[in-house]
Amino acid sequence: MFPKGTKRKFSDSGDEPAAGGEDVNQPSSVAVRMLSSYSLQRQSLLDMSLIKLQLCHMLVEPNLCRSVLIANTVRQIQEEMTQDGTWQIMTQALSAANAAAQCSADRLVATEVLCRQTEATQGEQVLKPFPAVGSEGCPAEEEEEVVVEEEGEGGPQPPTCQAPLAWTPAGKRKMDSRTAEQVFGTFEIKNPAPSPDPALEELFSDVDASYYDLDTVLTGMQSAPKMGPYDLLESLSSHGPSPLSSSTSCRSDLNELDHIMEIIVGS
Amino acid sequence: MAGVAGGNDFQWCFSQVKGAIDEDVAEADIISTVEFNHSGEFLATGDKGGRVVIFQHEQECKNRPHLRGEYNVYSTFQSHEPEFDYLKSLEIEEKINKIRWLPQQNSAHFLLSTNDKTIKLWKISERDKRAEGYNLKDEDGRLRDPFRITSLRVPVLMPMDLMVEASPRRVFANAHTYHINSISVNSDHQTYLSADDLRINLWHLEITDRSFNIVDIKPANMEELTEVITAAECQPNQCNVFVYSSSKGTIRLCDMRAAALCDRHTKFFEEPEDPSSRSFFSEIISSISDVKFSHSGRYMMTRDYLSVKVWDLNMENRPVETYQVHEYLRSKLCSLYENDCIFDKFECCWNGSDSAIMTGSYNNFFRMFDRNTRKDITLEASRESSKPRGTLKPRKVSTGGKRKKDEISVDSLDFNKKILHTAWHPKENVIAVAATNNLYIFQDKIN
Repeated sequence: MFPKGTKRKFSDSGDEPAAGGEDVNQPSSVAVRMLSSYSLQRQSLLDMSLIKLQLCHMLVEPNLCRSVLIANTVRQIQEEMTQDGTWQIMTQALSAANAAAQCSADRLVATEVLCRQTEATQGEQVLKPFPAVGSEGCPAEEEEEVVVEEEGEGGPQPPTCQAPLAWTPAGKRKMDSRTAEQVFGTFEIKNPAPSPDPALEELFSDVDASYYDLDTVLTGMQSAPKMGPYDLLESLSSHGPSPLSSSTSCRSDLNELDHIMEIIVGS
Repeated sequence: MAGVAGGNDFQWCFSQVKGAIDEDVAEADIISTVEFNHSGEFLATGDKGGRVVIFQHEQECKNRPHLRGEYNVYSTFQSHEPEFDYLKSLEIEEKINKIRWLPQQNSAHFLLSTNDKTIKLWKISERDKRAEGYNLKDEDGRLRDPFRITSLRVPVLMPMDLMVEASPRRVFANAHTYHINSISVNSDHQTYLSADDLRINLWHLEITDRSFNIVDIKPANMEELTEVITAAECQPNQCNVFVYSSSKGTIRLCDMRAAALCDRHTKFFEEPEDPSSRSFFSEIISSISDVKFSHSGRYMMTRDYLSVKVWDLNMENRPVETYQVHEYLRSKLCSLYENDCIFDKFECCWNGSDSAIMTGSYNNFFRMFDRNTRKDITLEASRESSKPRGTLKPRKVSTGGKRKKDEISVDSLDFNKKILHTAWHPKENVIAVAATNNLYIFQDKIN
C-alpha cells in the first residue's frame, strides 16, 4: 500500500533535518504535530528496549544485570508516558491495529511507524546503528492502520514468535501464579518454551492475556530461534491517534499483546 | 612516587605484547581478566576459552641494567571447561571472569579462578629435581627383577629441566545460582568471598562443600527485582569488612561482625544525582562495573560508565574525587545503548602507592589519573604505536568541531576495541593492558 520510506538511523541528541527531503507520502500534519520530537525519541527508545529484552541468546543465560537495567528503563518510559497521557493514546491506537490485524489473519503484517523524517540523523557509521525505525507516512486519522510488509536486513528469518508479551499500563499488574515465576525466574527454573508458530492466527488465538505481563518480557528466556535484530526493528510501531471504533477496555490486554507481537514478528 | 604524565614524571614505554597478530580474533583468545600477584613477579591472565596463562618476570640482565626484565610464559593450563546445565538447558561458559592470587606462603603459588558458576583453587609449583638411582626400577621405569639386584644404593636428586605444574586443589561448586562477577581473598588468608548478581557467599579455602551466604538481595517476588550486585571486595586490612556495588550506582559496606546475614549495610555510599543531567540512561551509566579498595584500605574506587570515583570510607554522601574517563560519549549514549556498548563493564586499578589510578576506554585507549597533580593522560595499546622501548605518545579525542592534528574524532573511535581489563604492578611502574586478545606490557623509562 505504501512504499517503503527511507531507513533512518536512531537519532542522538544532535538532531538534523532529513537528508533528501520528505517522503513521498506526506504524513498527516496533525499526526506529526501531535508527537513532538522528544516523544518520538522516547517511543523509539521504548521499542528498542523491548526488542533488546526479547532477543536472547539461545544457549547461554542472558546477562541479568543488563536485563534489569533495560527493564528499569522501560518502566521509566512507561511511567512518564502514563503521566503525560501518551500511554493512553498509544493503547487506544493499538486497539485499531488489532482490529485490522485480526481481519487479515493469514498474513503477517507489520504496523508502520509515524513518519519520523524530522529525526533523521547522519553519521554514526562507526557504531553500526540499527535502522531503528522504518519511516512511512501514516495517516492515522482516517485509516485503521497502515500495514506494510518489510524485509529484514539480514537473511529472511522465520517469523516465529516467542511467547507473546503484553504491556500493561502502569499500576495494572497482572499477577497470577505463573507470572510470579516468570520474571527472571528462568534463571532458576526454566519454563518449557512454547513452540514457535508462524501462523498469525495461532499467535493471537487462545491467549490468556493475564499471563503476559511486562515482567514476562524481562525473562528474555522464552526459547525461540534467534531473530535478526534488523528484522524486528523494521516493524517498530508508534501510533498516532486514531478514532476508536470497536475496541473496548476488556480487549486492551489482547491489543497490547498484539502490539508486541507485531514488533516481534517483523515480516 | 612521581606522577603519571610527562615531564620529569613517568614516561610510559612499550615493553612487550603477547598474543596473536591476526586480524581475525578467535573468541576463545579474548582476554577476560588480568592480575598481578602480590609481589608482582607473576602476571596471570584468563581468557574466554577457560585458559589461564601465567607470566613470570625474568631477572634483569646484568649486562643491560637499563632494561627491566621481561615477562615470559611460566605456565599455561585449562582452568575451566564449558559445561551444560541440564536443568535449564543452558550452557555454562568457561570464560574466566576473575583471577585472584593468594598471598604466597611457601614455594608454591596459589590462585583462585572463577567462571560464571564454579571457583577453583590452583596450585602452581615448580619441579626442577628428579630422583635417580632407584633400586627396584630402571631409569625408564621398568621394574627390575628382584633376584638380579645384588647391591643397594641410595637414590640421589639430580637436576632436571624446570617443569611447572598446575593442579586444581579445590573446586568450589554449586553455590551460585546466578553468574559470579567477583571473588576476593580476605586478609585473614583463610577465607574468601564470591559474589553473583544477587548473592554473596563466604568460603573457607579448605572447605568446598559448604559456604556461608552473607548477602542476599533476591526479592521474594522476582517481579520486584530492580537492582543487582555488580562487584564485591574484601577490605584489605580488616577481615570483617567488605563492600559490594550495585547496578544503581550505590556501594554498601558491611561488617560481618554485625550479623550473620549482612543484608543491612553498615555504610551506604551514593552520590546524589545531578537533576540537570538526568536522562533515560542515567541509571544505566551510573551502574558500577568495578570496585577496588586502595592498598591502604582507606579509600575505594568505583568505575561507572563514564567516570571513576574515589571514595573516602568515612564519607558516604559523595566521592572525594571524580575523574571523567570519556565524557565525550555522553552525547552518544543512545547509540551506545543501541549497540550494547553502554553495558560494557570496565575495570579500574590503583598503583602501588595509591597515588595514581588507571582504567580503560574504547579504541584501545586507556586513561591514567594522578591523584596528586590532577594530571591525566590517554594512551593507546596498539601495535602501530608500539615501537620497542618506544615512549607512548599521549592521545587525544577531539570533542569540538575543529579537529587538531593527531587528534581523533569521536565518530572515528572503534567501539569494538575496548580495554576492559588493566592491572598495575604492586611495587613498580609496570602495567598490563588487555586489548581483546593481546596483552600489552608497558614500563616507565628508568632515567
